[in-house]
Amino acid sequence: MSKTYYDPADLRKFGNISEWNEELGTKFFDYYGKVFEEGALSAREKSLIALAVSHVVQCPYCIDAYTKDGLQRGIDKKEMMEAVHVGAAIKSGATLVHGVQMMNKYDKLSM
Amino acid sequence: MALLKSLAAREDDLSNPANQLKFLSNGIFKKGELPLFKDKIAETDHFPLKPKKLEILQLNLGYMCNQVCSHCHVDAGPDRKEIMTIETMEQCLEVIRNTGAHTLDLTGGAPEMNPNFRWFVEEASKAGIKDFIVRSNLTIILANKKYHDLPEFFKKHKVHVASSLPFYKRDKTDKQRGEGVFDKSIKALQMLNAVGYAQEGTGLKLDLVYNPSGAFLPTNQEALQNDFKVALKEDFNIDFNSLFAITNLPISRFLEYLIASENYEDYMYALVEAYNPTAVENVMCTNTISISWDGWLYDCDFNQMLGLKVDSKVQHISDYNEDLLNDRNIIISQHCYGCTAGAGSSCQGTVT
Repeated sequence: MSKTYYDPADLRKFGNISEWNEELGTKFFDYYGKVFEEGALSAREKSLIALAVSHVVQCPYCIDAYTKDGLQRGIDKKEMMEAVHVGAAIKSGATLVHGVQMMNKYDKLSM
Repeated sequence: MALLKSLAAREDDLSNPANQLKFLSNGIFKKGELPLFKDKIAETDHFPLKPKKLEILQLNLGYMCNQVCSHCHVDAGPDRKEIMTIETMEQCLEVIRNTGAHTLDLTGGAPEMNPNFRWFVEEASKAGIKDFIVRSNLTIILANKKYHDLPEFFKKHKVHVASSLPFYKRDKTDKQRGEGVFDKSIKALQMLNAVGYAQEGTGLKLDLVYNPSGAFLPTNQEALQNDFKVALKEDFNIDFNSLFAITNLPISRFLEYLIASENYEDYMYALVEAYNPTAVENVMCTNTISISWDGWLYDCDFNQMLGLKVDSKVQHISDYNEDLLNDRNIIISQHCYGCTAGAGSSCQGTVT
C-alpha cells in the first residue's frame, strides 16, 4: 500500500469504482459524460468551470485532469489562472460573508 | 524546450531505433498493465494489419532541418546530413510517373534544404499527380535569402503547402520549436497569403498542421481549426484552408521528452484509453508508402524513423512494385497507439 493518501496513478483507476457497484457506477459515468457535452455552455467553458471547482473542492485528481483537459482544448495559462481566482474569490467570499453572521451575533449578545 | 542538437549528434541511446522499440515493448507493456498493440487490434480482427488501396506516396527528402524541435519524430536538425541524392530522386520520379497513388507528399527535415528540391518539384509536378503536398516548417522561407522566393515557386508549380504551426500564440510555439519561430512562421504565412495561398479563387491550398506542445492529446480538430482561424485572422490577418490535428507519437525526441519529464506512462495510458477501433480501419499506413532519403520503403514515416522497413520482397525504390507491396503485412508496435487515439491521427489529420 502507498504511504500517501493520494497517488496520481489512482486517477487512471477511477473507472474501477463500477466494479463494486456497477449500476451506480454506470449511472454516475453516464451522467458525468453527459454533463460535459456541448450544450448551452461550450465544452471549453465547462472545462474552465470544472478547473475552478476542482481547486475549490481541492481535489488533486480533478486538478490534474482538468489542467490536461484545458491544455488539450487550447486553453492558455492566463485563462486557467483566472478561472482558479474565480473559484478562490467565491471561496474566500463565502468565508467572509459569514462575518455578517458574526457581526449580527456579536451585536445581539452585546449591550 | 527547443533543443540545440539532434539525438544522433548527442549520441544518445535513443538515437538507436532498436533501443526505442525495446523501450516501447518493456515496462507497462511487458508487465501486462497495458495491452500490446497487436493484441489490441486483434480484438477487432485487424491483425495482421493489411494495406488498402495505395493513395499517398510520401517522400522524405532528408533529415536536415533549420530547426531542432523538441517533439520531432525525425530527430531532424542542422546536424543531420542524410539527404536524398539526385539518383534516388530519379528513381522516385519513375515511380511517381507510374503510380496509382493520387497524392505525392514531400517531407523532411526541411525538404527545401535538399539542393535538388526545386528540380525535383519541377519534374514531379509534370507527372500529373492530383494533389502535390510539400510539408514546410515555414521558417525556412525566411532562413536565408535563397529561400525567400519559395512562396512564388510553390505557386508556380501549384504545390499544396502543409505548414507546421503548433499554436496560434507565441509562447507555446517558441517553447516547442525555438525562440523566434512564431514570428517567422507568421511572416511566412503572410507571404504565402500574399501570393494567393488560401485566397478565394486561386486554388492554392495552405493547410496548417497542429500538434500538441506537451504530453497531451489533441482535442477535436474542427474546434481547433475554428480557434486557429479566428485568432490568426484577428491578430495577423492570416488565412488558411484546413487544420490537421496530429498526435505526437512516442518515438525519437518526443519519447525522450516523455521519459525525461516522467510523463511516459501517463501518456501511454492516455493513448491506450483513447484507442478507437474505427481509426484502425483508416490509419495512414493502410494507404501510404513512405520512402526514405536513401530509397528504402516503409509503412509510414514513423516506421521509417524506427528503421522498420516494409515486410515485403520489395524493400527499395529500385525494385518498386505496387502490387507486390500492397500484399504485405504492416509492421506495428506500441507507437501505433498514437495513430488510433480518439479521432485517429495521420499526416492528413484525423482519420474518422
